[in-house]
Amino acid sequence: MSELILKDQGAGQTAVSRRAFLQGTGLLLGFALTGASTESVFAAPASQVVENEVTGTFAPNGFIRINPSAAVTLVIPMIEMGQGVYTSLSMLLAEELEVKLDQIQVQHAPPNHALYVNSIIGIQNTGGSASVRAFWTPLRQAGAIGRNLLIAAAAKRWNVDPATCCAKDGVVFDASGSKHLSYGELAKSAAKLPVPPTANVKLKDPKDFTLIGTRAKRVDSATKVDGRALYGIDTRLPGLKVAAVAISPVLGGKARSLDEKAALAVKGVRQVVNIDEAVAVVADHMGAAKKGLEAAAITWDDGPNGKVSNADIVKQLEEESKNPGAVARNVGDVGKALAEAAQRVDAIYQVPFLAHAAMEPMNCTVHLQKDRCHIWVGTQAPTITQSQVAELTGLPKDAIKIYNHLIGGGFGRRLEADGTILAVKIAKQVDGPLKVIWSREEDIQHDMYRPYYLDRLSAGLDAAGKPVAWTHRIAGSSVMARYYPPYFKDGLDPDAIEAAAEPPYALSNILVDYVQVEPPGVRTSWWRGVGPTHNVFVVESFMDELAHAARQDPFAYRKGLLGHSPRALAVLSLAAEKAGWGSPLPERHGRGISVQFAYGSYTSQVAEVEVAADGSVKVKRIVCAIDCGMYVNPDTIEAQVQGGTLFGLTAALHGSITFKDGRVEQGNFDTYLPMRIDEVPVVETHLIKNAEAPGGVGEAPTAIVSAAVTNAIFAATGKRVRRLPIDTELLKQA
Amino acid sequence: MAFTLKINGTPHEVDVDGDTPLLWVLRDVLGMTGTKFGCGQALCGACTVHVDGHAVRSCQTPVDSVGDGAVTTIEAIGRTPMGAALQKAWLELEVVQCGYCQSGQIMSATALLKDTPKPTDNEIDAAMSGNVCRCGTYQRIRAAIKHAAGV
Repeated sequence: MSELILKDQGAGQTAVSRRAFLQGTGLLLGFALTGASTESVFAAPASQVVENEVTGTFAPNGFIRINPSAAVTLVIPMIEMGQGVYTSLSMLLAEELEVKLDQIQVQHAPPNHALYVNSIIGIQNTGGSASVRAFWTPLRQAGAIGRNLLIAAAAKRWNVDPATCCAKDGVVFDASGSKHLSYGELAKSAAKLPVPPTANVKLKDPKDFTLIGTRAKRVDSATKVDGRALYGIDTRLPGLKVAAVAISPVLGGKARSLDEKAALAVKGVRQVVNIDEAVAVVADHMGAAKKGLEAAAITWDDGPNGKVSNADIVKQLEEESKNPGAVARNVGDVGKALAEAAQRVDAIYQVPFLAHAAMEPMNCTVHLQKDRCHIWVGTQAPTITQSQVAELTGLPKDAIKIYNHLIGGGFGRRLEADGTILAVKIAKQVDGPLKVIWSREEDIQHDMYRPYYLDRLSAGLDAAGKPVAWTHRIAGSSVMARYYPPYFKDGLDPDAIEAAAEPPYALSNILVDYVQVEPPGVRTSWWRGVGPTHNVFVVESFMDELAHAARQDPFAYRKGLLGHSPRALAVLSLAAEKAGWGSPLPERHGRGISVQFAYGSYTSQVAEVEVAADGSVKVKRIVCAIDCGMYVNPDTIEAQVQGGTLFGLTAALHGSITFKDGRVEQGNFDTYLPMRIDEVPVVETHLIKNAEAPGGVGEAPTAIVSAAVTNAIFAATGKRVRRLPIDTELLKQA
Repeated sequence: MAFTLKINGTPHEVDVDGDTPLLWVLRDVLGMTGTKFGCGQALCGACTVHVDGHAVRSCQTPVDSVGDGAVTTIEAIGRTPMGAALQKAWLELEVVQCGYCQSGQIMSATALLKDTPKPTDNEIDAAMSGNVCRCGTYQRIRAAIKHAAGV
């Protein structure tokens, strides 16, 4: 194996700051001449990059590797969980590197903050609809530097001016086109050339893009239609045992008793592990492990949270939200404006705890040895996972290897390392590699939930119906305070107030504040769309209430408040136009509209619903207009709009996690209802093309859909939905 | 107990309790991980395989109930013309997102088209409503089934 390392002057400084790296001064780039496996990473986990391969002194760095057979390997810093990031990020690199998408092999990146941090969220996390936004420039720069070096290597060999050569589809041509050399043939000599400063590398003018902006095929589809794709749960290792796990049904509880003998009597069961907070049964296969777990007949001590109930949690929110919170925004004089208003509107909104319920249940494979810990898992947060395992085991970080995997649905759940931590705690008592798999019930009942929020709003309208005062108080758990403590300052959670503190409208007197209320016995976390998923529902519903109070059309009312924001106005108008806003509908049918600015993108939706006499709601059509600036793959965007909309709609119609006696009352897909194919509306996507900076897409439709639907329900029935999920009892025809 | 299972045309001997779900025999004993675990209660369809051409939820199919039935999994469904046509349609219409449920979706769709070669929207909804997709690929699943069926 011969390998050459190619770095720029800054690459040797591994402590190079994140910002500097992303601005390109510390950009790392390597060409490996390894002749390594050319198998797709999805089918060959052994070919994954592990940390020492990309940070060691003998190994290449960065995003790109090219071997002598011209196979181009792209190390993708963000993880694929359905959002199409392996395709879109590959397109960014391939565009500037001048290779075809199908010449590329994709590999999961290992945890490495210096190399793979996402600049938008400040950590190597896949989330926040931030992947394209964060890597739009660095990956194109990496590709351009690679292309320039390969061209320079060819020019040197031909003794011509590099400016006369060009590259296409992984081949460099001379001016006449008669001479050509493949990237594989050039990789070794290119690696010896000095890397030009990133600032000197000219990127393509967007009008010259040939790949970015096209409906390029996903790079991960082929292995996902024939069972070859490997998720964490598919990990197989020599000597691997599997464990079924029962976690205390009440947070903070402990196993009181269990029948170890009965569990061990089950054929295939090898060991019972009791770590108090959970009991695991280790077996040759999951069938035996589950049977053994049942035979163990575990009883639990509930601990301090045995009386937790939803009713108490809501009561606490109602009480504590009566007091002022940390001020997120205070403009003008809201008190005065409210007192002088011609009309006042008040409302309280509530949204429930939500589980993620990704199709791939929580799982993690661990091989813990004296001096190392190897982990096979699909994670959105590899560096956090590595740090937490290091802390738990006392091993140094570089002894913790994380083999990341495709994720069978993330939605924020895999931003948490709790599943890995639990598996490592169990693995501490087991010899050899162990795969821990949660049942669907464990997955739903021991999730880290989207917080329950209670919001109080008041607005004052002038004689013409225009809002002259707007107050919005948000009360609920702070995920940020636990997850990123430095971002939680003076009692203010920037996520909890996102899209509420800065609604897109012109509001001259506005006061938004936040009251942190932590529910006992409940773990909260990120859920697709994060803060805006809650806030856009509230803000856009309340804006609809104001339009109604002002006796104005909801579309026209919003339009009147968006004159200062042409992009918001454009998506709003496009959605209304495409949905046929204003055209007549049958009785108990209605259209609702909503608009948002979040994740760097402008989005608007119009929902069309029919509410039956029994109150049941049928969502017939959703029209979505989105302006996410310069975009990479319109087909992926459409897919995200379809899927993201359904994710939010599922929650609006069905989603609710409730607690009684400290326990989650839902368990499987019969009590925590997913949307099924027979309930799905047509979702239409209308994409605005412009030259604005790229915006995020994955979460935008999830955040915006609930208000469009509940506003449509109001149009159909005159009933305002102020609490999710939608209670069909309240919508029955009188 | 020892069982001989006929899977994708090949006999496999396994030694497990008779009530072991076929799902775990496939995944953990035989290492065929294309068939997915989603709910364990036949509520999501991720584990769908065919036994003698009929779609069954392998998480609720005890291995001793399979007998000499011919088991077909996602790994081999592409060998049938219908399975291959559906996989092709899935790729052409870019159905997949995370992909985790898609093995089961394709197995259910193949069983549907075997019995109902030209399905209506209602027939697609009825046959596919046991398969959950949390990414929300349903609109494209419906289109891909129609594309493969030529309707």
